Amino acid sequence: MSLSRKNEPLGAGAGPAGFDAFGFLAKFAPLIFLLVLMAVFTLLEPRFLSSLNLFNVMRQVSIFGLLAIGMTFVILTRGIDLSVGSLLAFAGLVAAAVAKGGFECRFAVGAEAEAAGFGWPLALLAAIAVGVLAGGLQGLAITKLKVPPFVVTLGGMSAFRGAALLFAGGGPISGFDEGYRWWGQGYVGLVPVPVIIFLSFAVLAHILLRYTRFGRRVYAVGGNPEAARLSGLNVDRITLQVYLIIGFMAGLGGFVLSARLNSAEAVAGLTYELTVIASVVIGGTSLFGGIGTIFGTVIGTLLIGILLNGLVLNNVSSYVQQIIIGIIIVLAVAFDTFAKSQRRR
Amino acid sequence: MPAPFLQMTGIAKRYPGVQALDGVEIALHAGEVLALLGENGAGKSTLLKILSGAETPDDGRILLDGQAIRLTGPLDAQESGIVTIYQEFNLIPTLSIAENVLLGREPLNALGLVDWRMMDRRARDIIAEVGLDLDPRRIVADLSVAEQQMVEIARSLSLDSRLIIMDEPTSALSDSEVMRLFDIIEGLKERGIAVIFVTHRLEEVMQICDAATVLRDGQLVGSAPIAELTVERIIQMMVGRDVERLFARRPAHGTGEVALEIEGLESRVDSRDPHNTHLSGIDLSVHRGEILGLAGLVGAGRTELARAIFGVDPISAGRIRIEGREISPTSPEDAIKAGIGLVPEDRKQQALFLSLAVKTNLSIAALDRLASKLGWIDRPAEDALVERYRERLAIRMASPDQEVGNLSGGNQQKVVLARWLALEPKVLIVDEPTRGIDVAAKAEVHQLLFELAQSGIAIIVISSELPEVMTVSDRIVTLREGRITGEVMAAEASEEQLLALMSLKQQAA
Repeated sequence: MSLSRKNEPLGAGAGPAGFDAFGFLAKFAPLIFLLVLMAVFTLLEPRFLSSLNLFNVMRQVSIFGLLAIGMTFVILTRGIDLSVGSLLAFAGLVAAAVAKGGFECRFAVGAEAEAAGFGWPLALLAAIAVGVLAGGLQGLAITKLKVPPFVVTLGGMSAFRGAALLFAGGGPISGFDEGYRWWGQGYVGLVPVPVIIFLSFAVLAHILLRYTRFGRRVYAVGGNPEAARLSGLNVDRITLQVYLIIGFMAGLGGFVLSARLNSAEAVAGLTYELTVIASVVIGGTSLFGGIGTIFGTVIGTLLIGILLNGLVLNNVSSYVQQIIIGIIIVLAVAFDTFAKSQRRR
Repeated sequence: MPAPFLQMTGIAKRYPGVQALDGVEIALHAGEVLALLGENGAGKSTLLKILSGAETPDDGRILLDGQAIRLTGPLDAQESGIVTIYQEFNLIPTLSIAENVLLGREPLNALGLVDWRMMDRRARDIIAEVGLDLDPRRIVADLSVAEQQMVEIARSLSLDSRLIIMDEPTSALSDSEVMRLFDIIEGLKERGIAVIFVTHRLEEVMQICDAATVLRDGQLVGSAPIAELTVERIIQMMVGRDVERLFARRPAHGTGEVALEIEGLESRVDSRDPHNTHLSGIDLSVHRGEILGLAGLVGAGRTELARAIFGVDPISAGRIRIEGREISPTSPEDAIKAGIGLVPEDRKQQALFLSLAVKTNLSIAALDRLASKLGWIDRPAEDALVERYRERLAIRMASPDQEVGNLSGGNQQKVVLARWLALEPKVLIVDEPTRGIDVAAKAEVHQLLFELAQSGIAIIVISSELPEVMTVSDRIVTLREGRITGEVMAAEASEEQLLALMSLKQQAA
């Protein structure tokens, strides 16, 4: 979580700082919580620690993770994106339709499908294009029409879901060729492909945030938009870019999810926005903007994924899971608010 | 003369680092209009806050009709018959006049629901008291500033107030509206209601007030009936001692070529925001190596001018030239590209990223120079930049990765200055360079400004502290209500003269 340095000595030559228990806890709380959780689940259900289950968890988590990476950028700028789940479903359907060569061929399989379809590369491109376009539209509404991100993406959440339902005409599009499915079901060595995609993008995003001009500006815009503007930053452009990024991630996520399930449907990704926001916030990214890391988001994503997996293995109903996610979001934000007040004194 | 109904004696209030008030007294008679005067920072607002119950004094007594009272909240003050009308009105802009005037005491009908017809009638009667003839159902946000003010006064009257405090009531009013306000104040006097009138406009004091109390540096300078005072005498009381120059002045510089030239600048009128001063007919030039001071009272348009030059607020007319080349910045981004830097007045709100590292704060505007075409930040170059300015400005910090929020005010200000120096600006505008920083750091910042000017930067310094403006500047331009009212060489300026230029309608020179 956000690191508090209030006890650090101000003089360069001062003696060693006293142990800042709060700061330490704030920084490592998610990691500690993750380890404790894994220990508890292992005790309750030894199957949990099997490599099969762990990779399974990782693979499930990958889709959330891709969205959470995009969400980190958005939340860092004091924004929010409620539309990711809907956009993911829509983009997945578009990818599926492209792969199938249109709706007429939606039930085609085998050689017939290979003949009609446009292949997975175009499907992937289409999914990403849809995501980026939708993200761009939302970004423009936020920066040009000055509508708060919450409202714009709440609208997007409804609109993209509607678009997905309309596009699918009620039914799923299933049965893809092997090349397509590999993106969701394949392995490189022991590691599932979605996990590789997730971790690659995590590394990329980490580098983008930490080592580039753009990353610095994202933190600055979220840390203090007024100061950013008065420092000559084009706040609107940076805000727009951030929504392009999350749109990209939603498009990619939609494609990977459809590949993993070998099916795209309009109701995919329901309530994903909540899980994703919870992951990001638990990972220490502040909803007040300007504070957070990709590392934290990866930990937060694993934490939520493992929590849900452990609950499933222990036969806790999905209704109860939703209650738990809800409580976790509120507690994480309460902690964030508390951390903020500690920093400001 | 009867005994005063309100007396404050020995009032003291300390904030961390400053003694805001010390041994201040005030006496007020029924039906009296008292002017409360003093320079920025003299303690007027603190005194008002105490009277309105927003702050409690550390020491001293408040006597109402001879009885000691304690005001621990705005409601206490209201129950004691004291109402304050602030510059930012306390009306709820989205509600109607009637709803505002009768807020919390709406008439109810037999069913316990709001009786709207009764409400309209009562509200109409109440606002008629101040000669306002408006439909009580009109939404407050749609009223003019003057009308909103009248509604507030009407509301305080209906609360059976005995004392109405008006904080800079005329700053947003036109001349005719001021006259109307004065008529209302005359009416209040006849009804035995006392008024404390806070203003910077001394001619109004002479016109409407019965007595004046002057504060300086949190201390009472004196109180006297207006009949015994003149504008000159009041200015003298406000300024007090002969101006001591706090810090040694450097020899005058800045005869280099013109760096910034402004001609006929006019800001766009924003009728929705009465606190945004409208600039008009601003002609100004600053030379390389010169420090130009901008002096003016709150609301004179100093900050608005800085923001207009920096492309933050739109202008409707006029030219801005940097080294002879005309520019028309529509954003800070444009202004920075043209070679202008701005250190804004509110460090924490407008300049710093408090939760981010010192390094990030320092380099944020210079990233274009520090990054490759692809946007990759050259970290060694960045570290070198930070180190260079840490050394040059003597910024005291534990490490460049430390959160800037944990530095002292003076060091924070140096970080903001360093941000602009890293861009090597041609013109640097510094708004309130030493607000909220201690005396030693203040001297350092002043010294720094001298050095920057020496290196050929044209600097504009805006400050509410006249001694600071006089110490730092080569030349001083005074503003009042968005217009330039005078220009003085700092070496020849006196605080009395500047104050007169800043606060009098008929300018002296």
